[in-house]
Amino acid sequence: MASLITCPHCGTRPKEEFSIRGAAGPERPSPTARDEDWHRYVYVRDNPKGRYQEHWHHVAGCRRWLVVDRDNLSHEVFGVTDAAEFERARVAK
Amino acid sequence: MTSFRLTAGGAVDRDHALNFTFDGKAYKGFAGDTLASALLANDQMLMARSFKYHRPRGVVTAGSAEPNALMTLGIGGRTEPNARATVTELYDGLTAKSQNRWPSLKHDFGAFNSALSPFLGAGFYYKTFMWPGLFWEKLYEPLIRRAAGLGKAVMQADPDRYEKSWAHCDLLVIGAGPTGLMAALAAGRAGARVILADEGFRFGGSLLSEGASIDGRPAAEFAASIVGELSALPNVTLMPRTTVFGWYDDMVFGAVERVQKHVAAPSPDLPMERMWRIIAKQAILATGAEERPLVFGGNDRPGVMTAGAVRTYLNRFGVAAGKRVAIFTNGGSGYRTAADLLAQGIEVAAIVDARAQSNDAAPQDVRVMRGGSVIATKGRLRIDGLIAERSGLDEVIACDALAMSGGWSPIVHLMCQRGAKPVWSEDKQAFMAPDVGGTFAAAGSAAGFDTISVCLRDGAAKARAALKALGRLVGPLDIPDVEGEYDPSFAPLWYVPGAKGKAFVDFQNDVHVGDLGLAQREGFRHIEHTKRYTTAGMATDQGKLGNVNTVGIVAGMRGVSPAEIGTTTFRPFYTPVSFGAMAGTARAEHAAPFRTSPLHGWARKNGAVFVESGLWHRSAWFPQEGEKTWRESVDREVLNVRANAGLCDVSTLGKIEVLGRGAAEFLDRIYSNGVLKLPVSRARYGLMLREDGIVFDDGTVSRLAENRYVITTTTGSASEVLSHMEFAAQTFWPELDVRCVSVTDQWAQMSLAGPKARIIMGRVVQDDISDTSFPFMSAKEVTLRGGLKGRLFRISFSGELAYELAVPAGYGEAVADAIMEAGREEGICAYGVEALNVLRIEKGHVTHSELEGRTTADDVGLGRMMAMQKPDFIGKRLSTRFGLTAADRLQLVGLKPIEADKEIKAGAHLLKDQAKPSLANDQGFVSSACFSPVLGHFIALALLKSGRERYGEKIVVWDGLRGTEVAAEVCSAVFVDPENLKLHL
Amino acid sequence: MRYSAYSIFKQALSGNRLWQPAWREPQPKPHYDVIIVGGGGHGLSTAYYLAKEFGITNVAVLEKGYIGSGNVGRNTTIIRSNYLLEGNNPFYEFSLKLWEGLESDFNYNAMVSQRGMLNLFHSDGQRDEYARKGNGMRMHGVDSELLDREQVRKLAPYLNFDHARFPIMGALHQKRAGTVRHDAVAWGYARGADQRGVDIIQHCEVTGIRRENGVVVGVETTKGFIGCNKLALAAAGNTTTVGRMADLELPIETHVLQAFVSEGLKPVVDHVITYGAGHFYISQSDKGGLVFGAEIDFYSSYAQRGNLQTVEHTMEEGVSLIPGLSRAKVLRSWGGVMDMSMDGSPIIDRTSIDNLYLNCGWCYGGFKATPASGFCFAHLIAKNETHHVSRFMRLDRFERGYTIDEAGRGPQPNLH
Repeated sequence: MASLITCPHCGTRPKEEFSIRGAAGPERPSPTARDEDWHRYVYVRDNPKGRYQEHWHHVAGCRRWLVVDRDNLSHEVFGVTDAAEFERARVAK
Repeated sequence: MTSFRLTAGGAVDRDHALNFTFDGKAYKGFAGDTLASALLANDQMLMARSFKYHRPRGVVTAGSAEPNALMTLGIGGRTEPNARATVTELYDGLTAKSQNRWPSLKHDFGAFNSALSPFLGAGFYYKTFMWPGLFWEKLYEPLIRRAAGLGKAVMQADPDRYEKSWAHCDLLVIGAGPTGLMAALAAGRAGARVILADEGFRFGGSLLSEGASIDGRPAAEFAASIVGELSALPNVTLMPRTTVFGWYDDMVFGAVERVQKHVAAPSPDLPMERMWRIIAKQAILATGAEERPLVFGGNDRPGVMTAGAVRTYLNRFGVAAGKRVAIFTNGGSGYRTAADLLAQGIEVAAIVDARAQSNDAAPQDVRVMRGGSVIATKGRLRIDGLIAERSGLDEVIACDALAMSGGWSPIVHLMCQRGAKPVWSEDKQAFMAPDVGGTFAAAGSAAGFDTISVCLRDGAAKARAALKALGRLVGPLDIPDVEGEYDPSFAPLWYVPGAKGKAFVDFQNDVHVGDLGLAQREGFRHIEHTKRYTTAGMATDQGKLGNVNTVGIVAGMRGVSPAEIGTTTFRPFYTPVSFGAMAGTARAEHAAPFRTSPLHGWARKNGAVFVESGLWHRSAWFPQEGEKTWRESVDREVLNVRANAGLCDVSTLGKIEVLGRGAAEFLDRIYSNGVLKLPVSRARYGLMLREDGIVFDDGTVSRLAENRYVITTTTGSASEVLSHMEFAAQTFWPELDVRCVSVTDQWAQMSLAGPKARIIMGRVVQDDISDTSFPFMSAKEVTLRGGLKGRLFRISFSGELAYELAVPAGYGEAVADAIMEAGREEGICAYGVEALNVLRIEKGHVTHSELEGRTTADDVGLGRMMAMQKPDFIGKRLSTRFGLTAADRLQLVGLKPIEADKEIKAGAHLLKDQAKPSLANDQGFVSSACFSPVLGHFIALALLKSGRERYGEKIVVWDGLRGTEVAAEVCSAVFVDPENLKLHL
Repeated sequence: MRYSAYSIFKQALSGNRLWQPAWREPQPKPHYDVIIVGGGGHGLSTAYYLAKEFGITNVAVLEKGYIGSGNVGRNTTIIRSNYLLEGNNPFYEFSLKLWEGLESDFNYNAMVSQRGMLNLFHSDGQRDEYARKGNGMRMHGVDSELLDREQVRKLAPYLNFDHARFPIMGALHQKRAGTVRHDAVAWGYARGADQRGVDIIQHCEVTGIRRENGVVVGVETTKGFIGCNKLALAAAGNTTTVGRMADLELPIETHVLQAFVSEGLKPVVDHVITYGAGHFYISQSDKGGLVFGAEIDFYSSYAQRGNLQTVEHTMEEGVSLIPGLSRAKVLRSWGGVMDMSMDGSPIIDRTSIDNLYLNCGWCYGGFKATPASGFCFAHLIAKNETHHVSRFMRLDRFERGYTIDEAGRGPQPNLH
């Protein structure tokens, strides 16, 4: 994975075109959610060993935020989706 | 000096002699030689000293695994330490020096360590040098450091260039021996994009060294004909002198090409080395196999080398390893060596075969001692005999070289760099390449050493399989007939018992069998512990030669299979890679790009001194004639801005346009303060938080149209802020119609500040900019006299009446010139970021010195910017945590020295009056400080515990680092015009 | 067996055949007072100090691989206490003091070498930050000095002073900082703990944490169930995996940091040097290898290997800072798997489960902390109260708003 990323908008591009933010799993709580939920969102991480969804930003390309679905042990990539699509799908669920 | 060069044979050009020196002595070699072969030809068997015991050493291999023959090449900035003579292509004028010896290679004082070796066993240093305490660092360690290391880095700048390239292919073939050549041929003929890379300077691998004949021609000729065909194929790229050093994710390979390392007079138009990133769909590992040394007493004596190395020097370079060569073997390689030597008329002293029986036939008239072993060698700087033992009887055999063969190990390094471990094969008695999936396959000897004909077939077959995986069907390739090849199989022999003297497993680091035993006795039984404790496998060859023997010996000591011991971890780099190649062009002034503002030219012609600010070069101050210090210039600029007017380049501030029907709502959630109701043509100061409630950045928001905003960020955070906004837009609120675009580079922006700013600006723009029609915090498009459109903002960082004018970048310099011209009568000056900094400190405005990633809005006096009534904004929820609202937090204050001539510096800490400096007494720190020419003394901004309650308190500004203590009075952070009268002029 | 020049001499006379194992290889007992999960530097030093300082010797260290196989065996060996924040500075200074007395304390030469560290700065702003840090250090009695460009040039003339993209303006210098032979730290602590009765059990992986009535009673392992009164986790890099067995929710993301060593060279780099215009840092080991590194790979990873881009970037910074390196060669790179915490600082604390203790979140700064981490963790386990120098390293600091954000980068672990 981590050498080449296939951006859904730009195709396969090298890692240096991207910046990486971190886990895509945590979902920003509603403004009225409990303190606990906000704490969890900002600070607690599942941090699984294995399959992992992570926010990457194609800064030197289309400038879209992407969700890279990958294995953080084998570094295999299963898929890359636009982060907005990912969020819409999450909301739809 | 005896010549060991044969009169004929080999792939060297005897008509093309090359001069070189070794330790100052002149020698001659031929084109096609390596440094090692040329030295051997000249009877220079002694080439190095070992690391720890300084034992005399010769070459032991003819390839890249060489642990001994390391030398320093070149002079001045071109000096390269630790070059392996075995892979150094000879060129005219090459200078080589031996290393790690004093005063000379022949007479090395360090060899005294050898006499002390009973006390210097594995890990001895962990057990001593502890008493008396101070002696370690003052005495022992400096001695150890001086003794350690091999070559010397000269630490001079490198005069040569380096560069990087990318390459893409269907099939990467690593190694151009029989396997690799056939693989490349099969794929190349099928039309696939092929890259064939080999670390050597001549393709052919073992075909160059072996006496077999292929298709009725000598093997080397056959290799040349394949290379000829390959080089004619447009879809095949041949990369000689190219080492593939690493295998990374997604079939990305790192490789380094030594473009001019072999050139006597390097061209300045070419790089010395070129680093490649090769992206392959499929790859074949055709790196061959490494011959194992045998582990017997005195196996490190100069003149003892692997049998394969003896054949390579003989057949490829036309150099005899000795005049009378003995052979110690446990397989076919030794017999083959004897035959090749005899064919060239070299005497073979004997073949000592560790096996009691074998099918290998000895050449006529050569004595074979089956079931025998070599237990010691004799000689000082070169072997002059060996002691062989059979059935309890010792016998001395005279010789001047000893070829040893302990069997073979496939070279699987690259395939094991991503975590897969090699797999022990009982059948082959070797660690084999792991299965790493369908895109990277080992072939030929790398997949299990074998005969040339098997390698040729396997290379072609693996290439077909690789292409099939890519959906290309390829017909079979005719495999040529091979005659006169030998069977390289062997019986395992890890260690020769009864060794007299040390039997080495790691030559360079001087690790011998006794060390491995000691490690086991002391509990360092895991192979990684054994390695780390004894340093076996940690030398520059990374155990290429010795690791498998280490594993076998440890397995034997423990009575288990090598499978149970396993190997240590393989990691990049396959062989060492120069810093230069990896750095490429990114060095010296080109380490990072320069960013210059559109007003750079304007600043330069106004005499600016520039300062680094991230990647930017910003104008810092504009010295005028007679000004001797930067302070004089800055003071003048500040006073002039406060009295008249000044023009400052603020183009480097981040500028982001925010567009869309959701832009207002979006910005309202991005900023902590309210911006939803910001009217068109108005600007507002805005504060952004991180989600943890800490201030992230500040700037201005201007509404240019209903659904169009332009915001500014600080120079340093411009790209981070844009990413942050894009992240919020795309992942938090994808339903909002909003787009963010950086326009930093599109606009030249300049700040015209000072009481006379309006008069001057009025001469430049057509629009009415009177206070009534264009009051403080106005923002709109304007037309300059001459028709150019620009954007004008009435915003101020200096605290003066000020305008920021943005014009398209290409017009920046002309507009700045026009403003300077328009302001000449009013006494306008150019001012730089230093003056700007003074102006903002006087006004109590914060920058990243205060917004340093740990401060809240309230800490820096911007609590009013927290619009908590808004339902949501980034950072809102976590900003109310206990620790972020505690009463004893540091708060922004001003400081004035009580004695007016005292200087306060940023970075000083604060103490209560009379308090002793200690962490418990630490009250905060000075974040920004400057001399205020308006007030005539130093002023500072500071973050002070509960600071806003402490105005008027006398406090000590403690700067122990620079040896000063200054008494100061805590005051408001706003030193100039606290009522903001000047903003509204 | 006590190690000394005399013992070496004596053993040499008998052919070095009588050396004893540095530690035993015991089978686990059914029950211990304290079980420590993780036989890395921190776990072993915790065991050592539990036994030596607090008299608790019925202790087992469980290690799934071989001891020292984590980051103590895979780092760039730097020790220092040049920290800015009150939550860090006294802790790391305590650690540095322990390093200074370590060899005589545990009778093992870990080659603590106080070569001095130069943090280079390249701008006024960076100088001011370092001045703030240096003054903070001095307030706590920690040595620090601010050097100008010419003073730096005297100490390290090989740095790029003449053709630098980011000119060197000066440095913050801590003379007492330095390097240590990293493997020896694990071995020295292991031997010292073993001698005091601690069982070090290698190749024993913890597979579950057994709880009864809300308290931990022991661990399931590949060698069977082992009971304990107190369980202490010191498994940095795998904290989440182990913590999940006790349902801990942790502010940790796992990342990989690469490091590098060059071929052996005669001494050229005397100090530990950090590049202020990048992340590059370098020192030279006693064996002659230049040991260096730069930034993390930025993505979450449990693989102990890194990305080529990071390799290139590291060496670009290296040559930019030290032009003379150009023709020296890098030998080996490796990747260490780290707990990156959400504020870049560690956690040494109790958990919501009464007898379960947590030591994690060391990011890439854990090696230098090894002695203090072990000492403070042992203190916490033995006395059930926090040692004063680690009092800020609480697990609940995130919820309460008391993060220790040394870099000021906020809750994004890969930025620390």
